[in-house]
Amino acid sequence: MISIYSFLLETLTAINAAPSFTVIEAVLSASMQEMDVSVWRGDASGGGLEHFRVPAEESQTILDVVAWIQQYADPTLSYRYACRVGMCGSCAMMVNGVPRWTCRTHVKKVLKDNAITIEPLRNLPVIKDLAADMDPFFDKWVAAGGVHHPTKTRNEPIEILDPKTPERVETDTGIECINCSVCYAACDTVSSNVDFLGPAALQRAWTIYLDPKDADPNVILDAVSGKGGCHNCHSQGSCTLHCPNGLNPMKAIAGLKRATVASFFKGGR
Amino acid sequence: MIRPHRSHPLWIAYLLHRLSGLGLALFLPVHFYVLAFALNEPERLDGFLRFADNPLVKIAEFGLVFLLAVHVFGGLRLLALEFLPWSPRQKTLAASAVAAAFLVAGTFFLQAV
Repeated sequence: MISIYSFLLETLTAINAAPSFTVIEAVLSASMQEMDVSVWRGDASGGGLEHFRVPAEESQTILDVVAWIQQYADPTLSYRYACRVGMCGSCAMMVNGVPRWTCRTHVKKVLKDNAITIEPLRNLPVIKDLAADMDPFFDKWVAAGGVHHPTKTRNEPIEILDPKTPERVETDTGIECINCSVCYAACDTVSSNVDFLGPAALQRAWTIYLDPKDADPNVILDAVSGKGGCHNCHSQGSCTLHCPNGLNPMKAIAGLKRATVASFFKGGR
Repeated sequence: MIRPHRSHPLWIAYLLHRLSGLGLALFLPVHFYVLAFALNEPERLDGFLRFADNPLVKIAEFGLVFLLAVHVFGGLRLLALEFLPWSPRQKTLAASAVAAAFLVAGTFFLQAV
């Protein structure tokens, strides 16, 4: 449905006029409902919430709201996004205190008393405003041993795997991760223990551990049973509850716990 | 107040398990201290037991049993969650079976008392 707002915008663009914010605002205030949006502004040294009035639209996502603020209210607002369709995992933010993928979170689902609070992802350093620094998240991805250790060279034929084996069926439940860091932001163990590898990295390690093509699963068990490893997890389940792709990192971490315990009792490490 | 990302049953189960564990950790030293009276100062133990007949202490005992029950079942829940690679459906069935067993056993117990 074309709203009055977008109709006005298109008309202004069509007559080659720069969209005047004051004109749009005047029309909006007369014809449209607005929401109270509080957005966290600041950088690594600190910051606070800033308030905006944003016009409500049909089928509006949180990312649409953030984009509207950046385009029509304050162009200095920083945030990160790419695909806008839930594939790339770059637009996650805290929405009303809950980590969410903003491109696929509808405003009507989270609006409370006509207000929304949008903050950068929890448990990660802030670069600026809503853009969190993802480096610790990806560093832990590597530290958890989630790297394929090949058994063959590129000159050998591709190994055929049976998709019905229990290991492969279990792996399938964990591979659709988009690295959005929602689970990492939801996890209280991450916030209380800076070394904890986090749900996404451990889930990745679990799927590699189950891969029959992986040459050295013990390397993964070593990586995930150290100081920040899987045994730090308290099974609070926030990762699984908030995962936008419906994955179950808590189950994957439980799998790693079983594997490390079994390895210990078999005289391993 | 519980923060929004924590408002779900598993997190509350974690909180209950933690709090009951802390409560029991505080109780146990006192418990052993009082039990030691039986060996060293029987009169003091008798005095304490008379105090323990106080209705308020009885209510506190109920709280203690509640903490124990919460902690035991919370621990069993964690063990099952982490060490039994069951599907969610199997876990629901298992939980229903345990609940049904408690209902039957509880009814039987109440009849017996």
